[in-house]
Amino acid sequence: MNTVIQTKNLLAMAKPSKVKLSTADKVYYSIVYSVIIFLTILVLYPLIFVVSSSFSSGQAVTSGRVVLWPVEFSVESYKRVYEYKVIWTGYRNTIFYTLVGTLWNVSMTACAAFALSRPKLPGRSWLMFLFAFTMLFNGGLIPNFLLIRDLGLYNSPWVLIIPGAISVYNMIITRTFFQNSIPAELNEAAVVDGCSDFRYFFAILLPLSKAVLSVITLYYAVGHWNSYFSAMIYLNTRNYWPLQLFLREILINNQFSAEMLTTMTDEEIQKLQGMSDLLKYAFIVVATVPILMVYPFIQKYFAKGVMIGSIKG
Amino acid sequence: MKNDNLMLTKPSGAVYWRRLWLRICRHWQVYVFLFLPVAFILLFHYYPMTGIQLAFKQFDFKKGIWGSPWVGWVQFDKFFNSRMFSRVVKNTLRISVYEIFAGFPIPIVFALLLNSFRHERLKKSVQTITYMPHFISVIVLVGMLFQILNSRSGLYGTIVHYLTGNYPKDILGSAKAFTHIYVWSGIWQHFGWGSIIYLAALTGVSPELHESAQIDGASRFQRVIHIDIPTLLPTAIIMLILRAGQVMSIGFEKVYLMQNTLNMINSEVISTYVYKIGLTATIPDYSYATSIGLFNSVINLVLIIFVNQLAKRVGDTSLW
Repeated sequence: MNTVIQTKNLLAMAKPSKVKLSTADKVYYSIVYSVIIFLTILVLYPLIFVVSSSFSSGQAVTSGRVVLWPVEFSVESYKRVYEYKVIWTGYRNTIFYTLVGTLWNVSMTACAAFALSRPKLPGRSWLMFLFAFTMLFNGGLIPNFLLIRDLGLYNSPWVLIIPGAISVYNMIITRTFFQNSIPAELNEAAVVDGCSDFRYFFAILLPLSKAVLSVITLYYAVGHWNSYFSAMIYLNTRNYWPLQLFLREILINNQFSAEMLTTMTDEEIQKLQGMSDLLKYAFIVVATVPILMVYPFIQKYFAKGVMIGSIKG
Repeated sequence: MKNDNLMLTKPSGAVYWRRLWLRICRHWQVYVFLFLPVAFILLFHYYPMTGIQLAFKQFDFKKGIWGSPWVGWVQFDKFFNSRMFSRVVKNTLRISVYEIFAGFPIPIVFALLLNSFRHERLKKSVQTITYMPHFISVIVLVGMLFQILNSRSGLYGTIVHYLTGNYPKDILGSAKAFTHIYVWSGIWQHFGWGSIIYLAALTGVSPELHESAQIDGASRFQRVIHIDIPTLLPTAIIMLILRAGQVMSIGFEKVYLMQNTLNMINSEVISTYVYKIGLTATIPDYSYATSIGLFNSVINLVLIIFVNQLAKRVGDTSLW
């Protein structure tokens, strides 16, 4: 009986393509493939368009001659972006906020998740409620703003790092992973061998949890890299601004600072209109590529990470 | 800490308390792990909740939150009677409901289709590409929208000019177009990412189910209808509940960037209005902003509890 099923399975696995498709299946598959390919192109096209525009000449961009590939290829825009000093200030700050902030987030989250994953911890459900309730209700913008001001964090770079220590959603993902993917026997054996909770956490639990730790690291890092709201309401000093706030000036509010214009000759200022579009495309690329570079490396963990998040703990 | 363990009720008096104390002592290291996180939750999440009293007070800069005089429901009366009330509530609801109707089914359909893909390599590339926009920041996304939808130099202008010979009207400044642009750009950005959870659920289907259906002569489409869709249903219900519970909360970040004086009639939502009243107005009104925010938070809380109750009854699924 068993062998029969096994051979069937093997046959099915070995030659899926040789099975002749029925007409209904042929129709179905052609619809599937065309819809999926259409959607993929729909997603990809604006991205390619932006990159191609950034490598074209200003004139080609403004006159709408860029369709798919760069027209009158040039790296002029990137030279200008490179000369635009505030971008580097923004880059420096964002890298600092992302590195330090993510480290802080991940350590806090892992600590909380570990504690709340201990099955026999007294007060566990009460503590869990304490965390989870913050997802449903909060004090709102003004009370938070006043707290930050009273704590003296207003206009301090630390305001982008300290207050957002834990995202409860990520904490629950991590906790669920600790509970479901790490065998409970491991902890029991460690306890029998006289291993302390500290040592268990650092020497056993963390090394086994690379999958979930990579996923939440990515979530936090992307969050830091992309967010602008806290910076906008709490930071006045331009020197502390993250990249996104400078991008907002350029892309949304359409402001180039005078600093930029002084590096241009009169003739070039006339071309500013064309240049301005071109620069925007280049800024978009420069600001987005670093974070997109990270993600394929962690992609294999996504399904896992999102899946455990969906299981309630 | 001790009191809530009463819920576990094994009331044998002093013995119980002694055992509990021993258990707490045995776990002291675990409580060390919890110390900082709990301190942060209390300071940055629970302490601001005491600031909600501002909604019932008239904030006085000199006296602070606790010293300001109580005024009762005055702020709420003011909001309910202002002409902005119906505007921001309607806008918030319109955008949200549109987003649910248009945006909710797409990742599910996408996952179903992608799941029946027979080329693994191609499937992987499709996934990589469609997840990518999710990582683009709102500022960059809105920047891209502004560039591409520009009615002169953008792709939109170019295409319309090519087809009709004339440049179109500015759609970024059009109140009518705002909701559509907001919702569909969001779908463009997140539908691939949103499909992950459904794809993961689909990989949980046992292959034997498909095989036996195949032997019985079921076409691929019939298998989608009778195997794949029922598999997705519980996940889909949970996701829909989560989403419906947030129907009154629209993220500040993207709406705010897309706003301009021309589309404000349709683009002012509760969160952006609170921000303007409380922080950027010439005379910021902390109390008024807090009361509008509280109005919104309470509705959100009630909604999520309600939909969760509903799900428990209908689908036997619950968030907690």
